[in-house]
Amino acid sequence: MATTLTCIICPNGCQLTVDDDLNVTGNKCLRGVEYGKQEVTDPRRTVTSTVKIASKQLRVCPVKTNVAIPKNMIFKVMEIVNQTSIVPPVYIGEVIVKDIAGTGADLVSTREVLD
Amino acid sequence: MERRDLVIIGGGSAGLSAAVAAYDKGVKDILILERIAFLGGILNQCIHNGFGLHEFNEELTGPEFLTRFVKQVEERHIDYKLNAFVTDISKDKVVTYSSAEDGVTQIQAKAIIMAAGCYERNAGAIGIPGDRPSGVVTAGQAQLFLNDYGYMVGKRVFILGSGDIGLIMARRMTLEGAKVLGVAELMPYSNGLNRNIQQCLKDFDIPLYLSHTVTKTIGRSRLEAIEISEVDSSFRPIKGTEKRFEVDTLLLSVGLIPNNGLLDNLGIPQSRSRGSVVNQKMETEIEGIFSCGNVLHVHDLVDYVVAEGRVAGEAAAEYIEGKLKKSDSLILTEAGEGVGYVVPGRIELTDEDEKITFKFRVRKPMKNVYIVFSLNGIPFKKIYKQAIIPSEMEIVNIPRNLLVSNQGKIVVSTEPKEVK
Repeated sequence: MATTLTCIICPNGCQLTVDDDLNVTGNKCLRGVEYGKQEVTDPRRTVTSTVKIASKQLRVCPVKTNVAIPKNMIFKVMEIVNQTSIVPPVYIGEVIVKDIAGTGADLVSTREVLD
Repeated sequence: MERRDLVIIGGGSAGLSAAVAAYDKGVKDILILERIAFLGGILNQCIHNGFGLHEFNEELTGPEFLTRFVKQVEERHIDYKLNAFVTDISKDKVVTYSSAEDGVTQIQAKAIIMAAGCYERNAGAIGIPGDRPSGVVTAGQAQLFLNDYGYMVGKRVFILGSGDIGLIMARRMTLEGAKVLGVAELMPYSNGLNRNIQQCLKDFDIPLYLSHTVTKTIGRSRLEAIEISEVDSSFRPIKGTEKRFEVDTLLLSVGLIPNNGLLDNLGIPQSRSRGSVVNQKMETEIEGIFSCGNVLHVHDLVDYVVAEGRVAGEAAAEYIEGKLKKSDSLILTEAGEGVGYVVPGRIELTDEDEKITFKFRVRKPMKNVYIVFSLNGIPFKKIYKQAIIPSEMEIVNIPRNLLVSNQGKIVVSTEPKEVK
């Protein structure tokens, strides 16, 4: 049976239809095809959040998973995010937790905090 | 009095981009005045990703996106002052600001770029009936508290308004352990991007109640519950449709308004976007005062804010260097049938203009329509749209040669496509 879904790759938000043979229609660009296939076989999301930081300027430092993680791992990843604290300096892209929750993704900083 | 070539009010995406563009055009004496303790404006609290697809061709979070612009400003040694709140601009371009460091200070500028962003409509603006407990917070305020200060405004949350900030906060608070019980939207359609309905609500099974509004807030000191009701086609609550939710927090995502008081005070005409009327170079009717970004009209993509800042920055540099072409052309623009507002509000054609970029929003979702541009009553451009929605700003470039006159009025309107 065909699945309909909203592409989340860009703000266009195309309505995609993916059939049983993983043919994607409704996409305005090729990235929609990739997303449609991925979403019905192995849905993934990038997680963005914050970790505690011992800084004079900020209480929290924004972070993200450097690649998308399986959707069903989001809350496992959040558990670790919420237990993590760091100290400055921290740079954009710096790895904070390697292979977070065994997802293969690294948790990286998205802000530079030098203090 | 201190003198500067260019003073930019606001160090967010529009202001930073304008500063870099003006500098690269040759104006080096620039001062950016920023109200808070960091450059980057609202992007500081937008820690989610999805920024930069147009500007950098990659997906960045807000802080990553803003850092690229801050670096560009710092590489050029462009001056900026933080914690500096601008209180007044005069017609002869004296900017007054207040800061703990400098006290109340005045600067004489040759040109000014207004880039002060927008603010949120709040509880007072929408007048929800019921008690007035704590726990009713705008979505952007909750986002600031959580993402920049590190604390949650509540644990059981309901959201009024389906604007993007509300949707993003639904996901964000869910991730941090709050229970988001639902989102109510007055209109029969969502005001957020489709992708956000999917990844912020559907991903977490958060219900969206279309054609619903909050009809009661209940609680003595802290919010204890809210009541929502379905509304009819004239947005009146329908008796008997009330639903009650036990929540300690109501987030409001009910609209953004250009923070344009300083320019309004100068008597510069206001556009229906609630920003100032500007020409295609982002210049207001006062020569040398420019406006760009969310203070001009509320954008949905920061990439477009940056592009607009660049236009204003380059034009301000040309003005300062005496190169901004004067024009005897004046075409006013008007939002016609189905269109909410049009930017620019005025066009002053010069021989340098190869195209005019129009930005506008429709008033409601429509299918199978033409966007029609007419000059002095004569249509000169029709664009077919399968679907068009208010939450997405439309950008249309019109080649100069389509404008047969340099005087008069351009109306942008929608027209249903006739079905055979």
